[in-house]
Amino acid sequence: MSAEVDLGGRWRLHPQVALRPERFGALAYHFGSRRLSFLKSRRLLDVVEGLEAAPDPIAACRAAGVPEAELPSYRRALATLAETEMIVRI
Amino acid sequence: MRLVEEFEAGLAAPICITWELTYACNLACVHCLSSSGRRDPRELTTAEAKAVISELERMQVFYVNVGGGEPTVRRDFWELLDHAAAHNVGVKFSTNGSRIDAAAAARLAASDYVDVQVSIDGATAAVNDAVRGPGSFDTALGALERLAAAGFERPKISVVVTRQNAGQLDAFKAIADRYGAQLRITRLRPSGRGADVWDDLHPTAEQQRSLYMWLLEHGEEVLTGDSFFHLSAYGEALPGLNLCGAGRVVCLIDPVGDVYACPFAIHQEFLAGNVREPRGFEGVWRDSELFARLRAPRSGGACESCGHYDACRGGCMAAKFFTGLPLDGPDPECALGHGERLLAARGAEVAIPAPAVDHSRVRPPARPPAKVCDENPLADFLARA
Ligand code: SF4
Ligand code: SF4
Repeated sequence: MSAEVDLGGRWRLHPQVALRPERFGALAYHFGSRRLSFLKSRRLLDVVEGLEAAPDPIAACRAAGVPEAELPSYRRALATLAETEMIVRI
Repeated sequence: MRLVEEFEAGLAAPICITWELTYACNLACVHCLSSSGRRDPRELTTAEAKAVISELERMQVFYVNVGGGEPTVRRDFWELLDHAAAHNVGVKFSTNGSRIDAAAAARLAASDYVDVQVSIDGATAAVNDAVRGPGSFDTALGALERLAAAGFERPKISVVVTRQNAGQLDAFKAIADRYGAQLRITRLRPSGRGADVWDDLHPTAEQQRSLYMWLLEHGEEVLTGDSFFHLSAYGEALPGLNLCGAGRVVCLIDPVGDVYACPFAIHQEFLAGNVREPRGFEGVWRDSELFARLRAPRSGGACESCGHYDACRGGCMAAKFFTGLPLDGPDPECALGHGERLLAARGAEVAIPAPAVDHSRVRPPARPPAKVCDENPLADFLARA
């Protein structure tokens, strides 16, 4: 399923989603769907916060310093966030 | 660190916080976890409650579970609800339904930030009313009808599983479907007045196993508030965090502002502080000694050698505490039967901690002896049921 999400183009946090930083990463809460998700690293939090300023999510990963080898796992995490509409296309 | 270990070490703010707004209640359910009945004159004022909401907003506590008592009997209930919504704190409130008239239902349907949970503890009036009082079943269904008529989407029906209703799970599901509601089933714990009736009301081992099977089958559609993780030891782990969140990701603010580690642990032993202190709720959550202790690595005691420890983690702290079992051992309802053996071996000298706070209107003069209880406190009810 996740593999099918096309992560091209510009994305951002859904306007109804709030992020709460935690030691392990962050909680993401969607006030519309009342869904709670976990961002499981601080770097993923940086990536999500940097989405809007980046031309596409992969560029946001690079800007946040995600090593090349970890890009696939970050891509999966972002795809999951896209499926649950925690992040949306601009 | 695995996520569950991160949670055990505590978060910057709770994920699941219960706020009992008042000890006043028009019902007198025999198993009430907060021993509610009469209002406490020291309950938080409107201004103090609003200050708590501001703190929750600042701490990014995204939603609170509001209960009581019956929260809607507070005269400022609607004011507080609106205030919370305006401050990005979603509210999920539990009610017996008695005050959800057409106007209240319409008001709730108009709000985006409110979830409603109507409690029933039997799928038939006989089973429900034996525990919650005469007429309470019809009252609850009436509220669900009015919510549906007002267009309130997907309220929740909240059920505490007991020996008397454990066979009615499908019937509860049918009721929920009939009202377009979502079913939420939770565990009966020996907390508050629940301690008086636990011996007679808590599901048998046989029923626990059936419950576990039922949850495996319906896990997706039914909410449990993660309350049955101790049943994971029957087989595969149930979905959820599978940990005791007390003081780590869970806490309770009671009507007088006292902060306890968990809504099922209203006892001096688990009292962390009060929101009226200068450090406020945030300070209590971050700095209380009790919470620091609960977040420190703990031994699993007798459970550590158990093959199911990873998912079960020794079960519920409150259930152990209020049955007089060691906190670092098996749950009284341990799926392997260790709890039952411990309960049976419990000597008369074991002092069962009594709840420190009791607002019941009527209460039996003495608590029944812990072990062999000849006198069934439910005898009257059961005869009628
Ligand atoms: S004490 Fe029991 S009810 Fe409270 S958080 Fe722990 S497991 Fe849950
Ligand atoms: S022995 Fe402890 S960990 Fe094992 S199933 Fe029983 S309560 Fe759970």
